[in-house]
Amino acid sequence: MRDILSFRGFVALFLLGIIVAGISSAVGQIPFGQPDSEVGQLYLENGLQDTGAPNLVTSVVAGYRALDTLGEVVVLFVAATGLSAVLATSKRRVERELEDASLVLKTGCRIFFPLILLFGAYLFIHGHLTPGGGFQGGAVIGSAFLLVYLGCSGRRVSADAAGAIESLSGFGFVFLGLLGLLVGGSYFLSNFLPKGDLYELISAGIFPLIYILIGLKVGSEFAGIVDSMIEESK
Amino acid sequence: MTITARKGDPMIIIATVTVFFMLGAAVSIFFFKDLMNAVVASSLVSLTATVLFFLLQAPDVAMAEAAIGVALVTGIFVIAIRRTERFEK
Repeated sequence: MRDILSFRGFVALFLLGIIVAGISSAVGQIPFGQPDSEVGQLYLENGLQDTGAPNLVTSVVAGYRALDTLGEVVVLFVAATGLSAVLATSKRRVERELEDASLVLKTGCRIFFPLILLFGAYLFIHGHLTPGGGFQGGAVIGSAFLLVYLGCSGRRVSADAAGAIESLSGFGFVFLGLLGLLVGGSYFLSNFLPKGDLYELISAGIFPLIYILIGLKVGSEFAGIVDSMIEESK
Repeated sequence: MTITARKGDPMIIIATVTVFFMLGAAVSIFFFKDLMNAVVASSLVSLTATVLFFLLQAPDVAMAEAAIGVALVTGIFVIAIRRTERFEK
């Protein structure tokens, strides 16, 4: 509280007030609920026929905007690589006595770890049918590994296996895109497989494949991030 | 396409309560001296954001927020606090 009452605190509050006033006056001029662009409406009307995926978010993320998704995956990859590079160079390791996890945490970890993994896999395999997808499923899988590191001490992810899964799935994503360019013709990551029946698990062309690859990649990246942070903090 | 909200709609009431809860959790982070409490409060902010996303009919975003904001970010903060200091001076 003392910091707020000082001169610097008043300056900070004043600048914050200017920012708030500027943003609110700018945002206030946007008509709420009336989008300028018509592309959203176009996706809403044609998404189901174009892609065959009942989950419209998937048809945007893995279909219309698949190239952006590739960019997002690359951003996450660069972040994970940078983190492990920074943590690997700092040699200052403090050996500390870790207390054992309680019985409840240990047992819960043992019971819940496979269930959380299964839920994450379900999320990305069914991404084109139900809410969820590669990023969500991957994040759920990453949180499962976080539980293992907190609960079952001593168990570790093999860094080589995580790296291999990550690289292979990233390669598979780009390979699918190039295959679409080759077979489907017109553009990168075009949906060249048959759309199949609506609401079937194997439908919507390459969407399930893309989401499985993204899920594996994001999951192994998050597991690697958790692994390098925990290793560093021991 | 316009989105209209009727007065007295139960959804609006739930959303308002959630937003105020979220604001309270966000402000309380500032006052905690124990950083572990602050981390739990910040995960509460993410949790209420998840509820809000769900109320706004964006279950995909809600799932991502629940997995990343509530679980992973909290875990990474806890690891960072364990490595540094728990109490703010």
